[in-house]
Amino acid sequence: MRTTFINTLSELAATDERIWLLTGDLGFSVLEAFHAQFPNRSVNVGVAEQNLTGVAAGLASCGKIVFTYSIANFPTIRCLEQIRNDACYNELPVKIVSVGGGFAYGPQGYTHHGLEDLAVMRALPNMTVVAPGDPIETELATRAVCARPGPCYLRLGKAREPVVHHDRPAFAIGQAIRLRDGRDVTLISTGGMLADVMKVAEELAREHKLEARVLSMHTLKPLDEDAVRQAARETGGIVTVEEHSVTGGLGSAVADVLATMDGARVRFRKFGVPDQLHHQIGSQTYLRSVCGDLAAAVRELLA
Amino acid sequence: MATPAQDTVELARRIRAHCVRMTHHAQASHIGTCLSMADLLAVLYSEVLRVDPARPEWADRDRFILSKGHGAAGLYAVLAERGFFPREWLATYGDDGGRLATHVVRYGVPGVDFSTGSLGHGLSVGCGMALAGKREGRPYRVFVQLSDGECDEGSTWEAVLFAPHHGLDNLVAIVDYNKIQSFGTVKEVLDLEPLADKWRAFRWGVREIDGHDHGQILEACRAVPFEAGRPSAIIAHTVKGKGVRFMEDKLLWHYKSPDAEQLAAALAELGEAP
Repeated sequence: MRTTFINTLSELAATDERIWLLTGDLGFSVLEAFHAQFPNRSVNVGVAEQNLTGVAAGLASCGKIVFTYSIANFPTIRCLEQIRNDACYNELPVKIVSVGGGFAYGPQGYTHHGLEDLAVMRALPNMTVVAPGDPIETELATRAVCARPGPCYLRLGKAREPVVHHDRPAFAIGQAIRLRDGRDVTLISTGGMLADVMKVAEELAREHKLEARVLSMHTLKPLDEDAVRQAARETGGIVTVEEHSVTGGLGSAVADVLATMDGARVRFRKFGVPDQLHHQIGSQTYLRSVCGDLAAAVRELLA
Repeated sequence: MATPAQDTVELARRIRAHCVRMTHHAQASHIGTCLSMADLLAVLYSEVLRVDPARPEWADRDRFILSKGHGAAGLYAVLAERGFFPREWLATYGDDGGRLATHVVRYGVPGVDFSTGSLGHGLSVGCGMALAGKREGRPYRVFVQLSDGECDEGSTWEAVLFAPHHGLDNLVAIVDYNKIQSFGTVKEVLDLEPLADKWRAFRWGVREIDGHDHGQILEACRAVPFEAGRPSAIIAHTVKGKGVRFMEDKLLWHYKSPDAEQLAAALAELGEAP
């Protein structure tokens, strides 16, 4: 995803001189080409995320569209108040990019696990929160975030995520993409869980005769509430899937919609990282398995 | 020695009078800090900043960020006096549903370049503005006014480190060094000394001035950049509460707002009809 992101951004920057890219001294072997191509609109701010975000806001106030780039929690939680006050309150187009959402840096431990970022960023007024599901969505999301006014958060995986989409879907911020239709249950996925979710949906169909609708909810804010309500009405069951704490992320956002929906009778389950301090380390695949067995969770919900 | 126009003194007096009225009206804190920087604001907005009240968003205007956003009354007062918005607005400071928050707000307030209030944000933002100007060869300068207290913030020093590395000689930081922060004197709470040396060590051009002497303020502001290719820091030694004797150098006036009697006494001292 990070390669797709930087290639797309380079393409955009070639025709839009307002685009700048700032890094907090991370992105080795990823950002060099952008820097070489646009040295005047590229800055390594150093290991100083508060300044990274403040400088971005200052640039943005002078008419620039400024991307800040770092990994895991560094461009988000580390400099949260700069995001809140300097970008959101001042209504500026600062585009925060975090590489390594969820467990992409799994072996490196809790400091490098991005597990609360969606919840935190989603709480900020004036913020758009986007977590694309595969490299194709990453390209489309990068373009959409760039074109959107105001501050945005783009949460990416890291490298070698599988391509899930067979072709380029229509993509608009705030509109879920339906990858698979079904009447028995809806799996709503955000971020890099999409490939896993599609796999589970196929498995449920093959082995259990359960037809699951799959929505890629690439935008957490503004949430596609219509798609959620429609899924509730038409399939009667919803499982949200995220590589993120079950507190405050996609599951909570969807629950907010369901709780205020007239006449809703829907079975609902949040699948994600339990809200407890964890000390596990390991590969992304391993750590995802710690969250449980998605197929089993879906069957349990429908039982 | 540069000679400021006589009216900077009159402007500073008016800023002070507005501030005591505004903090009285809103029952707001921070009159002390407004008074300590009134002379700096008067000289900046009369003689230094290239701004145009008719075009507050003019792309090549000099920028001013009041990083010590709790001095909002002072900034609004000077902007109103310079004609960015009607003076009548000042009487709505802190009002229910009003626009003039008691920390600096940009939204709906012409002439304000950036909303502030939490300390340690402004210098980074100023770095971004200065960097945009530098890289694009624009003529504008960026002035950021900081409090001494916000030099406690680590983020301030991230920006102090950044600016010289990027050769931001179009950036000027002014520290309103009134020596009092929230819980006591700077010396007691977290001593900043040697403050000027710290900025010098970070490769800024530095001058120390009397922040109430309009000639010294003007001379320093006209001399920027003090060193070629480097940002400039003006350490302005000031007195908290300056201009109203019973408020001068008193921690209490970081918090307290003047009651009716104190307002009348302050205005009398400032040569204003109540």
